[in-house]
Amino acid sequence: MTGSRRRAQVSVAVLAALLGFGLVVQVRTTQDGGLGTARQDDLLGIIDDLTARSERLRAETAELQATRNRLASAGDRNAAAVEEARRITDTLAVLAGTAAAQGPGVRVVIDDPAHSLRAEFFLDLIQELRDAGAEAMMLNGRRIGASTFVVDRGVQLVLDGGDVAQPYTLTAIGEAATLTGALGIPRGIIDTAEDAGARIKVESPGQVVVDALRVISPPRYARPVTAQ
Amino acid sequence: MIAFAGLAIGVLLGVLLNPTVPLWLEPYLPLAVVAALDAVFGGIRATLDAIFDEKVFVVSFVSNTLVAALIVFLGDQLGVGGQLSTAIVVVLGIRIFSNVAAIRRHVFRA
Repeated sequence: MTGSRRRAQVSVAVLAALLGFGLVVQVRTTQDGGLGTARQDDLLGIIDDLTARSERLRAETAELQATRNRLASAGDRNAAAVEEARRITDTLAVLAGTAAAQGPGVRVVIDDPAHSLRAEFFLDLIQELRDAGAEAMMLNGRRIGASTFVVDRGVQLVLDGGDVAQPYTLTAIGEAATLTGALGIPRGIIDTAEDAGARIKVESPGQVVVDALRVISPPRYARPVTAQ
Repeated sequence: MIAFAGLAIGVLLGVLLNPTVPLWLEPYLPLAVVAALDAVFGGIRATLDAIFDEKVFVVSFVSNTLVAALIVFLGDQLGVGGQLSTAIVVVLGIRIFSNVAAIRRHVFRA
């Protein structure tokens, strides 16, 4: 075997070794994966994709946030409207007599053994108290409302169609001093009652409770006029 | 025989050293490997045809890998590196297939 032939075989072996080495290294590199082996074009494509995607997600986020804000503010408005409606309902319920009420006020106790007090006296009494700012009243467990009527049936006092027995006890919620003052004016309620021979007593026990209720049926004829 | 010994030594070295490919070499190494494979299969076929020549093998091996790397380099400069890489892989793949077919005819007589 000549020296040049030997040299040629060695170079073939070296090249083969080079191939094996390169093969293994390349396989290892590829298996590592990741972006390290990606070409520049591919990397640019990936970046573009990611940018577009994040853009899309950002737009989606903004949209969802707007929706959330809209819903939240709508919820606030609805809650405020419900709160307002509830307040009005409470007010109207006290005025109409469909809800029990409590607060400062007076209690007027009248004993009329001679049955000399007529319905007009009680109308005056109710009217005087209303004039003095009474907000809720009841007479012997009967609530006094807008449609309350007082009549005489013989010597019997009738309130809203029901008999009222003695002693008459009228509870009114309002500013106690004003109510008491209104009843005590000269030639007023107290004077009238005492002139007629009845015993009248006005107590202000601080808090009073008006817990008699009225049953209200919807109006048959009257309809609210809707504002245009 | 000595060629197979060299191949085994190369694989062993690669496994043992486990080197990282430098960044500038990364686009070229896979194509250089494919080109070298093409040269090796050509060499095996020539051996079976009893016309193997060490000088031809060495020259074809070196020129194959260099030309492959050069084409990819040029392609990268021109902005068509990815496409040219694919083209080289296709061409070399076809050559490897035809070489392997010739080898198969020698070995199996079919």
